[in-house]
Amino acid sequence: MTEFTGKGVYGAAAIGRISVFRRQDIAVKRVRITDTEKELARLEAAKEKAVAQLGEIYEKALKEVGEANAQIFEIHMMMVEDEDYNDAITEMIQGQNVNAEYAVAATADNFAEMFSSMDDSYMQARAADVKDISNRIIACLTDSGTAQQSTGGKVIICADDLAPSETVSLDKENVLAFVTAHGSSNSHTAILARNMNIPAIIGVGEAFLQQISDGDTAIADGFAGKLIVHPDADTLAEYEQKMQQEAEKRRLLQSLRGKENVTLDGTKINIYANIGSADNIGEVLLNDAGGIGLFRSEFLYLESTDYPTEDAQFQVYKRVLESMGCKKVIIRTLDIGADKQADYFHLAKEENPALGLRAVRLCLTRQEVFRTQLRALYRASVYGRLGIMFPMITSVWELEEILALCNAVKAELKAEGLEYAEDTELGIMIETPAAAVISDLLAPMVDFFSVGTNDLTQYTLACDRQNPHLERFCDPHHEAILRLIAMAAKNAHANGAWIGICGELAADTSLTEAFLRMGIDELSVSPSFVLRVRDAVRKIDLNQQ
Amino acid sequence: MRTFDYTIKDELGIHARPAGMLAKTAKALDSTITIQKGDKSAGASKLMALMGMGVKCGDTITVTIEGGNEEASEAAMKEFLSKNL
Repeated sequence: MTEFTGKGVYGAAAIGRISVFRRQDIAVKRVRITDTEKELARLEAAKEKAVAQLGEIYEKALKEVGEANAQIFEIHMMMVEDEDYNDAITEMIQGQNVNAEYAVAATADNFAEMFSSMDDSYMQARAADVKDISNRIIACLTDSGTAQQSTGGKVIICADDLAPSETVSLDKENVLAFVTAHGSSNSHTAILARNMNIPAIIGVGEAFLQQISDGDTAIADGFAGKLIVHPDADTLAEYEQKMQQEAEKRRLLQSLRGKENVTLDGTKINIYANIGSADNIGEVLLNDAGGIGLFRSEFLYLESTDYPTEDAQFQVYKRVLESMGCKKVIIRTLDIGADKQADYFHLAKEENPALGLRAVRLCLTRQEVFRTQLRALYRASVYGRLGIMFPMITSVWELEEILALCNAVKAELKAEGLEYAEDTELGIMIETPAAAVISDLLAPMVDFFSVGTNDLTQYTLACDRQNPHLERFCDPHHEAILRLIAMAAKNAHANGAWIGICGELAADTSLTEAFLRMGIDELSVSPSFVLRVRDAVRKIDLNQQ
Repeated sequence: MRTFDYTIKDELGIHARPAGMLAKTAKALDSTITIQKGDKSAGASKLMALMGMGVKCGDTITVTIEGGNEEASEAAMKEFLSKNL
């Protein structure tokens, strides 16, 4: 039994035989030719064939991964017909009397080199596109066909990496899982795996391909990001059981729709959903969330090329509030900083953006931006049950300034004869140790707290979230974090405020009981976790120690 | 010959998809269209050369139109740029 670890892209598991994806490596030889006209005619025919193939792939991709992801093949078709690329190939054939295969391969190297040397990672990745189309033309020249291989039944596809055209060309009926040595979670393979609901494990590392062969029995575990080759009988049995349980669980979870979030002893808790765009509302409703506990308003700014106007924001907020009816919607005000910004903000580069001018600090520094958002929010407040939440609070004076601004905005609207809901709740994120420690001073000023556990962990444990070497030190179950949350909960309740958790920890069912015991009133999780957390809540009995 | 300047607003600059559309648009016009940024320039109908210029958001490009119906070509280019880039 051998295990290879990478990154799981989609949480599912599959058991089956391995099929190693092999490219027909066409060795391109330099051959002197005499009839250049004939060589150019061969090239023309091969290009025509390549474009026709790409057209078919485009149509297939359109159905499988949608237009946005299929567009790359339209670009590929245009690349094949690109003037400079073709001039370079033609010149080489005519000037050096070489065969078309060699001219294409050499030109591909030159163009790929140009893209690789650019200082933009997106453009660097285009080098792979040039190689991909060139290999296709060469395959058409040698008439070797594409790498489509018959899989002989359902298999786990293993490859060093899969080009978009290769992923799309696979016979999906027979793919149980994807495992690749390289790749990123935004690669075509990953997108396709998610669309197909099958496990994909990426970044397993170069070595694994040497240690597997076609027909090996293996388990692809997309939860743990593991490929287990030649599993022993126990492991196999364990996974068979696990997969059965998963299927069972999925059925069960759907049966939890419409049920209350109540423990065996009768304690109730709200389970809301986190969303990042108005387009996710369908998922919120489908998974039966009780409200929206965190609506990230950043997308409005990041998707725009200039500051979004008050009206544009108002329309989005209104739509979300109306779609949620009488359910609560908590919208977090702008939470961006130097590491995640829209160009038009022109924020100065910072040495340490996590500790920089971000979130509410930015809003209080550029009050005109903040005021526009607050006006849009208050105007939308009459269309549902709105809560406004402010991120990254560390001091009482910040909150005082924010509340003064809210009052000023309300007075403005009133003077203009515009309506707003007087009962709009105001709350703050508890995501800095400072806010948790002075939560007794902050609680009397707000209606609610919401704990952002990702940042709270990062700031409390002094661990950069993005640094993979710190995983061992960055323990979100750390006693310090739990104590800070408990402290904030106690202070919230002592002052008549409610408290929720909207970070990743909210979905961690190993902590659900601990949160209930602290008196947490609401957990806000990704839509797909709502029913899972509900299931956990309904099994807890707080009367039992 | 006509020229005009345009500042790129698309967040990703002239990346693959708009470069493809730009090349397609330029090819359909009867004028020769050149895009220039700093000391680099490329024919607007050449996809890979356009991508190779690495034009980013906020960069200003100079568009030159020569031959054919210059007036119509200029209008078409302006419309394309403001809509897509």
